[in-house]
Amino acid sequence: MIYNAKVVLPILILFVVVLTYPFWQGGTEQRPEPQKPAKAAQCVEDAAWMRANHMQLLDRWRHEVVRKQERSYTSTRGQVFEKSLVNTCLDCHQKSDFCDKCHAYASVKLVCFNCHLNPELVEP
Amino acid sequence: MKKIITPFVLVVLLGLIAWFGTAGLGLYTLFGVVLPYGAFATFIVGFTFKILSWAKSPVPFRIPTTAGQAKSLTWIKPNELESPSGAPGVLARMFLEVFFFRSLLRNSRASMVKGPRLVYVSDKSLWLAGLVFHWSFLIIFLRHYRIFAEQVPFFVPLLEAVDGFFEIVWYNEIHAVTLPGLYLTDALILVALTFLFLRRVLDTKVRFISLLQDYFPLYLILGIVITGSLMRYNLKVDVIAAKNLVQSLVHFHPDTSIQVGSIFYVHLFFVSTLAFYFPFSKLMHAGGVFMSPTRNLANNSRAKRHINPWNPTIKIRTYAEYEEDYRDKMKAVGLPLEKE
Amino acid sequence: MSKFAPKPAEMAAQMNQDYLVEKVKAHESDWMETPPEFRPGNWCYAPAPEVVESLGLDNPRKWSPDEEDWKLPADYKARIHQGMKERLDKNRAFKLFMDVCVRCGACADKCHFFLGTGDPKNMPVMRAELMRSVYRNDFTMAGKILKDWVGARKLTPEVVKEWFMYFYQCTECRRCSVFCPYGIDTAEITLMARELLHLLGVNINWILKPASDCNRTGNHLGIEPHTFTQVVESLVDDIEDVTGVSVNPTFNRKGAEVLFITPSGDAFAEPGLYTMMGYMLLFEHVGLDYTFSTYASEGGNFGLFTGNEVMKKLNAKMYHEAQRLGVKWILGGECGHMWRVVHQYMDTMNGPADFLETPINPITGTVFDFAKSTKMVHIAEFTADLIRNNKLKLDPKRNDHRVLTFHDSCNTSRGMGMIEEPRYILHKVANKFYEMPEKTIREQTFCCGSGSGLNTEEYMDIRMRGAFPRASAVKHVAERNGVNLLTAICAIDRVTLTAAMRYWNPGVEVSGLHELVGNALIMEGEKERDIDLREDDLELEEEE
Repeated sequence: MIYNAKVVLPILILFVVVLTYPFWQGGTEQRPEPQKPAKAAQCVEDAAWMRANHMQLLDRWRHEVVRKQERSYTSTRGQVFEKSLVNTCLDCHQKSDFCDKCHAYASVKLVCFNCHLNPELVEP
Repeated sequence: MKKIITPFVLVVLLGLIAWFGTAGLGLYTLFGVVLPYGAFATFIVGFTFKILSWAKSPVPFRIPTTAGQAKSLTWIKPNELESPSGAPGVLARMFLEVFFFRSLLRNSRASMVKGPRLVYVSDKSLWLAGLVFHWSFLIIFLRHYRIFAEQVPFFVPLLEAVDGFFEIVWYNEIHAVTLPGLYLTDALILVALTFLFLRRVLDTKVRFISLLQDYFPLYLILGIVITGSLMRYNLKVDVIAAKNLVQSLVHFHPDTSIQVGSIFYVHLFFVSTLAFYFPFSKLMHAGGVFMSPTRNLANNSRAKRHINPWNPTIKIRTYAEYEEDYRDKMKAVGLPLEKE
Repeated sequence: MSKFAPKPAEMAAQMNQDYLVEKVKAHESDWMETPPEFRPGNWCYAPAPEVVESLGLDNPRKWSPDEEDWKLPADYKARIHQGMKERLDKNRAFKLFMDVCVRCGACADKCHFFLGTGDPKNMPVMRAELMRSVYRNDFTMAGKILKDWVGARKLTPEVVKEWFMYFYQCTECRRCSVFCPYGIDTAEITLMARELLHLLGVNINWILKPASDCNRTGNHLGIEPHTFTQVVESLVDDIEDVTGVSVNPTFNRKGAEVLFITPSGDAFAEPGLYTMMGYMLLFEHVGLDYTFSTYASEGGNFGLFTGNEVMKKLNAKMYHEAQRLGVKWILGGECGHMWRVVHQYMDTMNGPADFLETPINPITGTVFDFAKSTKMVHIAEFTADLIRNNKLKLDPKRNDHRVLTFHDSCNTSRGMGMIEEPRYILHKVANKFYEMPEKTIREQTFCCGSGSGLNTEEYMDIRMRGAFPRASAVKHVAERNGVNLLTAICAIDRVTLTAAMRYWNPGVEVSGLHELVGNALIMEGEKERDIDLREDDLELEEEE
């Protein structure tokens, strides 16, 4: 026999329901599909590495360019790139169908464009 | 010392097992699918079972913690939080206990000085560390809903904005620990856990009462915090892959092809261990605080009768029996009698 | 001084040397491997077999705690296991308290016995762990599998001895529970432990003898009806000597409006009997229609220290007698654990008291609706109501020869929440009233050190240590404010604190609240009051 069931059970059920929310949330398990660029077959670094580390690479670039005037980046494969979000990254990728896809999926704030102008924007 | 070191070794071993199991043996399905499922199921079932096991025992008497003036004469101000007279007071007290650990706020430290004489000083350190730890844990857990929920709930960006308000980023040549910005809770929980650990070890009284099972969850949660922070700030993993894996789990068709970095599996294994361990341990205080009769009852025993479902029938010594034994003596001093 | 305790100076020197609170350092070893040590002054005598039998308890035999063989029943393990299982199933608090403690240590230095002895097993959390360790072994999966890794251990005769020592070194005062974040109430754990120990016949004479006497004669002291009336009558004579007023208490009188029940200590022991004189003066002053009962002549209830069944059995007399006499409601005197039982248990155990009415103060018309179900009112509530409504003529100067402080009894403050009423009365009946430091009064008050049935001579060493935190606080106001009277609303306090003050703070006397009320009351037709109820000179104003 459960004593004080009128109080205990509703609270317990509420707790379990809230906790299992991800399981009954529905959704179609839609994974983000960022568009692969047509221009180049290879990113500055290996794609898997980029997926995990791009934010740190970009920030390092920022420091090195802004503080030290070092503008060229030699990748692990020996290729040389200009350290530039607009000229290098956005030359191949577009914010809307590349960056935003994953950033929206994982709800991560995209801070690059706090300073940079998004070239996709059309000036009125 | 054994009880302090053994659980530490245990937690380190658990971490190594997960690392080696994934990076070395490739057991991604075990650590990414089987164990998380098992642990979560154990947590839900175990937690429910434990609450029900408490609920199966009745509360025979109404014995609330009484720490203030009860409601009595109308012109005496009752203390509804410390000695609630009804449901509103109980709810308010419960709320403050659960969310702000109110009783710990009155904690003090006694010491004996020459005389001998006892002196007491207020000691709010346990309250503060406990509060910081639990709130940080809750906020960090809620932030994880960006991984748990396919459609990220409204509170996640909100919490992130507050938690990351100071946008603390820093840069170093060797390892650019810069983005993303530091969450305050990540730092606070580390500080609080460290304090709670040091307190357990350095305060002789607390060290004396501590058991092996008091250190184990401390280390385990520290392990979770450290691996989580490493993943966020240093040993980066593909967050999208991690979310894909979690989504495949919560939608009940686990994707066994996904492989995230090993640090992720160490983190996940620690969390699974915690979830699995939770219902069988002192961590059930999380549910227990709601069920505690001293907390959830009003101090109104004289105004409202409390029912004990097993109230035993006791044979008492009746007045009649008493008078029977003492009739002559009672008569001699003129006490009124039922039977002459 | 008692042969069961060292001289005060010796104990003080020892405390100065050990700094008891920090003494825990000396106990680095695992507590499970430290057996209890029985030495004169730290254990209570075992009851005689007849006493155990008269209460229908188990395993009556001759034994003594300082002997090696306690003559436990052969199936002691099974008895404890079964008894524990029953209690876990019958009492949620017990079960929960076994499970949820996180050993945060907030309670550790809150116990007067810990502060006075420095014995780490007197930390409330540790006291509970003594039982939790066995609970884990017998009733949890983790304990069964992981044994001492999760702090589980088997029950052995050594563990039984340890339980006996430390669950009879707890006065169920609930101070620790005030600090616990989950409200774990060590008093309830101690109650369970004592019930379990009864199953093995492990108990103490000082609790069982009074319980047995109370059942038979109506009061703890075993006073028979004719003696009871004679003693009260002699107090009536004393009142007349002091005040010139004659009061007329009645006994077992049917049709009285109120049945008055007070602990028998008030009738038979100094300084409680001055409080009894105070009650009678008060009732005479306001013309209360009340009666004593010789059958229900005990407010106290040593059943609280024994187990819920004995408690119910002894408590039942109150309603039984109230019904027989046809009174409207019950008024209770100054007592600690009596009020714990009345407030927390009586209605549940022996109610509903449909035959009584919601208590109404016949003098002021105040309805005591906070007691509308139990139908029993505390005398401090009654008197505070009278004073508030200007029904008492008081001259507080008659207590000017005393500088007093108030000791909140653990049971009234933490067992029922009575904190302001006695203070209100004190401020009205006395001019020189000083509070002790805030962490030692109100809900944080310290026990007298001898409550819950431990106020026996052979336990003097532990009692005086347990009383030390209270004595230390009294000493503070004695030195600062010249306090020379410690007032309490508990019959056990009045006896035990008297001993504790003689030991720690010579010169400080102990009184009840209504003794001071009695001193201050200006009675109709009284003679000039130049002595107080103790027949001490009042040293009234000499300026004339």
